[in-house]
Amino acid sequence: MSSVTTRLACKPGDYKSDLKPIWCPGCGDYHVLMSFTRAFAKLGLPPEQITVVSGIGCSSRIPAYTSCYGFHGVHGRSLALAAGLKVTRPDLTVVVASGDGDGYSIGGNHFLHACRRNIDMTYVVMDNRIYGMTKGQPSPTTEPEFDTALTPGGTGVAPFHPLVVALASGANFIARCFSGQPNETADVLVEAIKHPGFSFVEILSPCVTFRPDEQDWKEQVRPAPVAATNDQGKAARRLMTDDGFNLGILYRGNRAPFQPAIGVSSIDLSELEKDFEL
Amino acid sequence: MSKPPTAPKVSSLNDLLAAAWLIESDAVDRYNLLADQMETHNNPELVKVFRDLARAEGIHGEEIRRLAGDFDVVGYARQTARIENIGLPAEVEIDSAHYLMTPWHALQMSLAGEKRALAYFTHIAETATDPKVKAMAMELMEEEVEHVNLVNRLLHRYPQPDDSWADDPDPPASPE
Amino acid sequence: MTASPSISIAIIGSGGSGALTTVNFLLEVASSAGWHGLFTRTLGPQIRGGEAAGLLRLAVHPVDCPPDQFDLIIGIDWLNAHRFGAEIKAGPKTLVISDPRGGEPPPMVTQSGAHVVEIPMKEMAKSISGGRPNMIALGIASRLLGFTVEQMLAPIAKQLSGKGAAAIEASRAGIKAGFAAAAGIKLDVKLAAPSPSDARRWLLSGNEATALGAIRGGVRFAAAYPITPATEILEWLSPSLAKVGGILLQAEDELAAINMIIGSSYGGTPALTATSGPGLSLMIEAIGLATASEIPIVVVDVMRGGPSTGIPTKSEQTDLNIAIYGLHGDAPHLVLAPQSVADCLFTTQWATYLAEALQTPAIVLSDQFMGQARAAIERPADVAFIGARAVATDMSSAYKRYALAPGGVSAMAIPGTPGGQYTADGLTHSEFGIPTSSAADHLAQLDKRRDKLERFNYGDHWASIEGSGELALITWGSLTGAAREAVGRAAADGVDVRVIAPRLLAPVQPERLAAALDGVKRILVVEQTHSGQFHRYLRAHYDLPAPVRAFHRPGPLPITAGEIHRAIMDWR
Repeated sequence: MSSVTTRLACKPGDYKSDLKPIWCPGCGDYHVLMSFTRAFAKLGLPPEQITVVSGIGCSSRIPAYTSCYGFHGVHGRSLALAAGLKVTRPDLTVVVASGDGDGYSIGGNHFLHACRRNIDMTYVVMDNRIYGMTKGQPSPTTEPEFDTALTPGGTGVAPFHPLVVALASGANFIARCFSGQPNETADVLVEAIKHPGFSFVEILSPCVTFRPDEQDWKEQVRPAPVAATNDQGKAARRLMTDDGFNLGILYRGNRAPFQPAIGVSSIDLSELEKDFEL
Repeated sequence: MSKPPTAPKVSSLNDLLAAAWLIESDAVDRYNLLADQMETHNNPELVKVFRDLARAEGIHGEEIRRLAGDFDVVGYARQTARIENIGLPAEVEIDSAHYLMTPWHALQMSLAGEKRALAYFTHIAETATDPKVKAMAMELMEEEVEHVNLVNRLLHRYPQPDDSWADDPDPPASPE
Repeated sequence: MTASPSISIAIIGSGGSGALTTVNFLLEVASSAGWHGLFTRTLGPQIRGGEAAGLLRLAVHPVDCPPDQFDLIIGIDWLNAHRFGAEIKAGPKTLVISDPRGGEPPPMVTQSGAHVVEIPMKEMAKSISGGRPNMIALGIASRLLGFTVEQMLAPIAKQLSGKGAAAIEASRAGIKAGFAAAAGIKLDVKLAAPSPSDARRWLLSGNEATALGAIRGGVRFAAAYPITPATEILEWLSPSLAKVGGILLQAEDELAAINMIIGSSYGGTPALTATSGPGLSLMIEAIGLATASEIPIVVVDVMRGGPSTGIPTKSEQTDLNIAIYGLHGDAPHLVLAPQSVADCLFTTQWATYLAEALQTPAIVLSDQFMGQARAAIERPADVAFIGARAVATDMSSAYKRYALAPGGVSAMAIPGTPGGQYTADGLTHSEFGIPTSSAADHLAQLDKRRDKLERFNYGDHWASIEGSGELALITWGSLTGAAREAVGRAAADGVDVRVIAPRLLAPVQPERLAAALDGVKRILVVEQTHSGQFHRYLRAHYDLPAPVRAFHRPGPLPITAGEIHRAIMDWR
């Protein structure tokens, strides 16, 4: 998070735009939007100091639903766009919103390198284990037996484990939330934004249309039985062995964020010519 | 890369001959690879040195076949070559190659290999209980002594170059 | 012996011979003495130890193209030199210096009728403590070109200062020995003396000039993914941006690089990336995003032989189609092309200025030939093009990021500005930036983005136009130098030709080209492609008022002035 003057008067509603979301009624992403606005209000950040960056997909529609600055870019590249923004504007608070298709499939390579680079930003992936915007194809987190028109009888391919990948790639903060708990999620987002470096928050966010079975998630989720660790070894074991429904902050690292010096000009432009003068 | 000169283990005369043949044939492959590298990288003097070394090792391999008499050492070696045999004691260290290397460097490579082979056969000669294995190991040992002496004689012709041998004033190219 | 305005030297030798370094010394010395020069390299496929040739052309005038033939060729060795046969032409007037221990001279030498003189450079070097054959070659070249031993030593002493007096002494001895060995050898051509000039002199590559132009134009962020032959732009920018308060970020791939610069520019920091064909292909989708969301960015494509991996170390002009037509949808954007090493600076600076002014992507089509050539030039004049986008500051009424303003450019709110919050979007949007599929909004924003480019006054920089003949030669990019030289030769033959080389390829300028073509009777189009991309582009967008012939061929060999001259003379 960047240091800005706190405005205690900010209410969650101040972070909502007038635009009405196109998400299906019952979609978990409504709750995520609620968590965003509550977290921003808790942080007391002026909306113009926040930029929400996204790619393509249902979840990536979120920037325009906030009253913050936003960028709704191309499919899978939000982390790269956010990196260019944050290193040149370290004063801004940058939140990146993505989904399991945008973030883990087409954007998978950027996920690895964003974790590794550890720029101070928060990456929120709304995981519903399906491509919703294109009417229900399997994503990297879809169960192998889940039947779809594109993959009759299921993919037969084991899902990807994003939290483990994040840890192995160097993310500095790893949490899992459930969209149906917007207050708890907002609290985690506050911590994620405040934590220096790259914070990764996976939010289980059911798809009411293509995954009605995910309505059961609210019965399955539970607070993680143990507190966050800063030990990568312990975190690895915990993340590898949990069933995907333990919620809360699971790992808090202490790597220094990556931020090259900017805006400090040591020379006059004409001095660059010295490289070429005989 | 310093392999213990005790591997591969041999428990019979056939094993020993196979190990000896594998050492020579591996050296042929490696010297030819080095010669190819030098051909690509425009070091004709070293192309010749490595081809000569490959040829010499090939002749040594033939020598082993002769020593084996009617026994099909090549077939046996190929059949029994297992993963642990890949770390042969006399492997030529191709990772120390350089495009500007001189004959002195090549002969140092060769000398190190011959010395490791010598140590290996010496170890077998000293520890073998089977008299036929012992006798053959002695014979192979003497061969290796000859090779070491030969390389040492060649080294007299090629003194060590000074420290600037790898200097290249031009930058690397970026082909892609 | 006649005094010639230019002279060409090739020094050939395989890795470790120092052939390239030797040519660079010659260029530095000649440049200090007032000549212009162009140094290109041609190399084998090896990273280390490969065959290499340094090709140098010195002249009393700016040099922007290769020679038809070499006056002097020095073979320190000839290992695999046959690979250069097509590029290093010799003839009966060529003097070849050959080391008898350097292998057989290739057919390009033996079959050319060139005069071959043997000098045992390797043997001579061995007799000097710490001696190197390339210093012998440098001594030989010095004498034949009319330089002194002391002149040569100045840059060498500078470069070897870290290596101690013995190394400098060894070089001096080597140069002297070579100089002495060249006594009595005659070179048919003598380089004319340069005209006196007080101009400050620079020695730089087109890629470096590109990078400097970007910083001068206002770029303060670059995202980098290495690729031949563009990497030098990024490597020069990295420390240079840091010096001026900017940042270079290494990206994980070209997809990331292009999106990083969009993010930076969205945040208010002018940004650039540099790549070559394969990377440009990966960047195209996001260039469309920058077009739609009206984010200024600069993308330099240093073209190499294509398609696919192609010939990474050799030049072509074959990315014209993808640069102009590669984006999906109707996506107007800027495409510019520098015309020489020196012009890389101007054009990139201008491109940055235009991108910022028009809030749109600018693709700069440089190429391997000028990008990686090192040129001795007079310091280019300063130009006033410094990027400055229209920034929204007055938020008294509801802010419309994509307001339909006259001229098409709407003020951009920079994050952090209270009241300016909007979401930049690749989706078709309204004036407020809100996603829409309304036909009216779609048309209005398409018009806006077209009009802002088409209504802008680009001024005279849009093209280089010279001469007034009835034959018009239309070319572009690094071929402009060769075309100019060919036209000079045609003039000596009594044929007047006008040269038109557009620097601005998109948006097209039909009225300006029509004016430039006024009165022509014949048109010759010259380009380095297999398929005639530029010819087709001209046919598609311009009214060509006279019969057209097209001279085009692919790389890897650079097109010479001689080839263009023949094409002119074939069509009088």
